[in-house]
Amino acid sequence: MASKVIHALYIDDDVLMDAVKKVRAEHYHIEEVFTPFPVHGLDKAMGLPHTRLAITSFMYGCVGLTVAILMMNFIMIEDWPQDIGGKPSFSYLENMPAFVPIMFELTVFFAAHLMVITFYMRSRLWPFKEAENPDLRTTDDHFLMEVDAGNHDVDTLTSLLSDTGAVEIKVIDKEEDNH
Amino acid sequence: MYTLSNRLRLFSIILMVVGGIGLVSGFLSTPKTIEEVKEKMAAHDAHGGGHGESHAEESGHGNQNHGEAAADAHGGDEHYKHVLHQLQNKPWASLYVAAFFFFMIALGVLAFYAIQFAAQAGWSPVLFRVMEAITAYLVPGGIILFVILALSGFHVNHLFVWADPKVVEHDALIQGKSGWLNGTGFIIRAAIFLGGWLLYRHFAVKYSRLQDEDATGNKWYKKSFKISAGFLVFFIYTESMMSWDWIMSFDPHWFSTLFGWYVFASLFVSGITTIALITIYLKSKGYMEFVNNSHIHDLAKFMFGISIFWTYLWFSQFMLIWYSNIPEEVTYFITRIEDYKLPFFGMLAMNFIFPLLVLMNSDFKRVNWFVVMAGIVILCGHYIDVYNMVMPATVGESWFIGVSEISAVLLFLGLFLFVVFRALTKAPLLAKGNPYIEESKHFHY
Repeated sequence: MASKVIHALYIDDDVLMDAVKKVRAEHYHIEEVFTPFPVHGLDKAMGLPHTRLAITSFMYGCVGLTVAILMMNFIMIEDWPQDIGGKPSFSYLENMPAFVPIMFELTVFFAAHLMVITFYMRSRLWPFKEAENPDLRTTDDHFLMEVDAGNHDVDTLTSLLSDTGAVEIKVIDKEEDNH
Repeated sequence: MYTLSNRLRLFSIILMVVGGIGLVSGFLSTPKTIEEVKEKMAAHDAHGGGHGESHAEESGHGNQNHGEAAADAHGGDEHYKHVLHQLQNKPWASLYVAAFFFFMIALGVLAFYAIQFAAQAGWSPVLFRVMEAITAYLVPGGIILFVILALSGFHVNHLFVWADPKVVEHDALIQGKSGWLNGTGFIIRAAIFLGGWLLYRHFAVKYSRLQDEDATGNKWYKKSFKISAGFLVFFIYTESMMSWDWIMSFDPHWFSTLFGWYVFASLFVSGITTIALITIYLKSKGYMEFVNNSHIHDLAKFMFGISIFWTYLWFSQFMLIWYSNIPEEVTYFITRIEDYKLPFFGMLAMNFIFPLLVLMNSDFKRVNWFVVMAGIVILCGHYIDVYNMVMPATVGESWFIGVSEISAVLLFLGLFLFVVFRALTKAPLLAKGNPYIEESKHFHY
């Protein structure tokens, strides 16, 4: 089903922020906003929920810590408890200070890398991914707001958008929804 | 302007009086002679069979320590003499720990204050008056600490073993260090450290007030900036030497290179925590509307980060010594782990695991009661940290957190609250002349 969206281009992030607030106040649905750089507070203005990436990172860190403890407990204490330079290998706790550097590093390693991979997967980023850029200028100096025209009257929507300071407004027929 | 409420004044005076009485009774109840120690220990043994057993073990342990002395005819008394010294040290040591602990809070705040100036931080100027008020405690706290140090440095009590000429006579190691560790040098250095810190504190506060009156050209602000940068250089040298003199020399046979940093981390995190607690208190009373929860969030981040920094240093010191296990170094930790197991590992939970888990969440750092709860645990944890640094060398296995310890804390807590909150009434709570004050008022994270 073909859907209609409106692309409104802006050249200033402050104008964009105001436009986002106005469009949301009029209860139009903003599909997406493309910006060349992070605009502070844009997610709040758009009403996007908080990221839960930090929570996943904490859990990955716990996994890393567990891996480190289990691994070294098995290798150093259970499997072959050798006397290496007089270090007490009778129990994990007794020799724990020697394991802390590894416990720490593996916690950080798991937390960092798995979080990055989670980020890639959630935002669908990979090396041969086809870019989803609606307008090349949005990576340089333009800001683009994509508003769902849906069942709304296109003319009132475009006039609203031009009132918000858009420098260019395009009505696009989308063949397929890539969301 | 803040006005000191009568209730708070009364509360702090009651704390001081109760603490003072408790401390005096702590001093009075110390045994004077070996016979008293024997009586006390016998009474203690008679109390319960279980206790007596563990005590017998303890005295056996003591005799081992004094193997040479035990060979003497008076071998049995040597142990009681040892215990007598420990018990006589106990009220002094608890006085010292509490005096140092509250002094180090004020010193940590002073360092934090200087860093805010030198870094031209834009978020913190709304908190400057709170910091200035906390550093007001440096004056009385520093004088009290100086007096205690002078008394110990000239051997009025047995706190510093190197100050005892009879001990030094038979101790080649201390003799080798006596070029640094002698009463005169000790007092001169303490005077230099305290003098430098108080001097900076005096001028920083003075310039801050003058900047309020006349902000044209930021003349006074620039002076503050310069003296802060200078002070930080002075501070990091003197703080390091202070930690050798005032803490590390309790164990004059032992040394550690990162000890200065370790003490610094401890005083820094306690100072920041105190800023957060007092700010939250004043805000809850409606005196600081210009402080928003982003400021609290930033302070909590500092509490979190510096707690981890403290742990990093604690562990680096512990692990290096544990790993290499050189007898001359490792005794320090062996006495602590054997005789102070609970405080030694308990403080690790209080200073690391608790703040780590409580203050990790960004939302929790904005919730006042969470920050207060974490702050109280951190402060108690760092009191125990100082306790662990001082007590094993002064009272040894005769430690106990009893009347004299708690009274000393109450005494200095009362003094601290009294001085800090009285200092808060001396100036408006907003440093309005500061060039970053507008940015700070609108600080948002």
